Amino acid sequence: MSILVDDDTRVVVQGITGGEGNFHAEQMIEYGTNVVAGAVPGKGGQTSAGVPVYDTVQKAAIEEDADASVIFVPPAFAGDAIFEALDAPLDLAVAITEGVPTQDMAKVNKRLSEVDTRLIGPNCPGIITPGEAKLGILPGNIFSEGKVGLVSRSGTLTYQVVDSLTQRGIGQSTAVGIGGDPIIGTSFVDALAAFEDDPDTEAVVMCGEIGGEDEEQAAAYIAENMETPVAGFIAGRTAPPGKRMGHAGAIVSGSGTGTAQSKIDALNDAGVPVGDTPEEVADNVESFL
Amino acid sequence: MKLHEYQAKEVFAEAGIPVPESRLASSVEEVVEAVGEIGYPAAIKAQVHVGGRGKAGGIEIVTSEDEAREAAESILGMDLKGYTVDRVLVEAGVDFVDELYVGVTMDRSAGEPVAMVSTEGGVDIEEVAAETPEAIAREHVDPAFGMHPFESRKVVYEAGVDREFAGDVASILRTLFDLYEESDASEIEVNPVMITADDEVVAADAVMNIDEDALFRQPDLADMAEASYEDDLERKAGEYGFDYVRLSGNVGIIGNGAGLVMTTLDLVDYYGGEPANFLDIGGGAKAERVANALDMVFSDENVDSVVFNIFGGITRGDEVAKGINEALEQFDEIPKPVTVRLAGTRAEEGMEILNTDLVTVEKTLESAVQRAVADAEEVNQ
Repeated sequence: MSILVDDDTRVVVQGITGGEGNFHAEQMIEYGTNVVAGAVPGKGGQTSAGVPVYDTVQKAAIEEDADASVIFVPPAFAGDAIFEALDAPLDLAVAITEGVPTQDMAKVNKRLSEVDTRLIGPNCPGIITPGEAKLGILPGNIFSEGKVGLVSRSGTLTYQVVDSLTQRGIGQSTAVGIGGDPIIGTSFVDALAAFEDDPDTEAVVMCGEIGGEDEEQAAAYIAENMETPVAGFIAGRTAPPGKRMGHAGAIVSGSGTGTAQSKIDALNDAGVPVGDTPEEVADNVESFL
Repeated sequence: MKLHEYQAKEVFAEAGIPVPESRLASSVEEVVEAVGEIGYPAAIKAQVHVGGRGKAGGIEIVTSEDEAREAAESILGMDLKGYTVDRVLVEAGVDFVDELYVGVTMDRSAGEPVAMVSTEGGVDIEEVAAETPEAIAREHVDPAFGMHPFESRKVVYEAGVDREFAGDVASILRTLFDLYEESDASEIEVNPVMITADDEVVAADAVMNIDEDALFRQPDLADMAEASYEDDLERKAGEYGFDYVRLSGNVGIIGNGAGLVMTTLDLVDYYGGEPANFLDIGGGAKAERVANALDMVFSDENVDSVVFNIFGGITRGDEVAKGINEALEQFDEIPKPVTVRLAGTRAEEGMEILNTDLVTVEKTLESAVQRAVADAEEVNQ
């Protein structure tokens, strides 16, 4: 019925005693997520958002049988927090933090290739399986249960598309925001592969944006490996070269790589219709079902 | 964050990379004095954050005091791709026999740093990369270990660097890589590395960009930051702390979240309008920040209408509505028509708060954009 998270997922919140961590831990619990612990160095023994806090992630994982974490830790310490989640080890870590130094992420990325943990993010809104669990900051009320998977680099663009789907009565299996940074744990290809393997996901929406080559790689993957139909969207058609459009990763380089057009062409060549507007994306999804 | 050439060369020199003798000058007299000390020939190089300075007339080689004076007069104060030149680097001319390219950057797709060496130095490396990619040798480096000495030799030999200088070039590359790591650089590039007539190897140019997300642990480099804006609006955005990019159109755009703001720009274009800017107020913005955003966009004289598109996750619709009201209620007459679309967290409360005498409210993203485009067209009729 979903990918990566469901109502069996047992979540530890790293940074649960901070303002953001505490607020969103409560929101996750209210949504029905199985939040079982917090992890904050030096705060072991306390209770936060109604769950016990441990000094280390490993201790939380052992004591509360946790298998996933959501990371609300300031940028300077976020790389370390991710390493700690990998060391515990957990099956899944979701890093919400924005502004993690790129070289920290290069080291994390290297370690990821050596362990079984899946990282989502950083600089992402998280992941939600409607009606079961949400790990992150996504507003739960706009999602509805259903059979469309969604993967996106941008949080609010995800909400926009989900809202269009929900308003038409089209529910979602799982929605995952992979983040707007240059180096991220879960790529489009990783998420698409998981949706392809999920028998209950009948169509997928993929929202990309300018910068990098992830969307082109996703297009190649779709052409080769996917039977589940995919509807695409690419943000940043009007972005001028050399200007960073908010996200650290959203930049068309001087040599012309990473343009919206190259991504749209690649997706079209892979048989993926790319909507001009979010409503057109919803139209395309509707035509698949 | 970009360092100026003179700043990057200070960093290089401290790390032991040979650079030509130089002085920074900000007036014609200072240039003449500096050239007098350094001798001829000398290069007068504009210190601005733009690529292709040479082609644009920002670099001149001088062989006499008269030429130095003339070059200083023409370069100081000149407009170089939108930036005014207020300083030049006066540098000893190098009698070179060969030019190489050496660089270190992050390979996004691989998720690890890559070192690059080419014997096609001194020209636009992006052109080389596009036309003859085989002319650039590349070596990926494991970020957990840093660059092994053999890796620096491997890529230098592979590039076909003259064997006589390979050791020196490899040594410079290794130092550059260490600098890349120690200083949280996103990119370091030396184009060209010159082989001189005296068989020396020197860094004749220096590009060094620092990861802004890492400045908190690079205090010395952060001190070198010089706000550099193409115009007053980008300066203002910097002061407000907005992600802002000025464009050439007349429909002002404010939104939350990079992807959604980009999408709003694209829709303005799709519905026949021209976006004036990209402005992301970020997540969780309070009323004051929203008011600042409107002030920002109203300050752009090209703007004829404004579309405000908010899909609240951690941003709350009621806060946004309060900010819009506050910003607009101070005007006797609204400077430019504003269309607002609120969705997501507390959007309904926001809609109730919004003063609809001052703004047009639209329910969908598409209709809001179309309204703003129509408003902008009306102004120009």
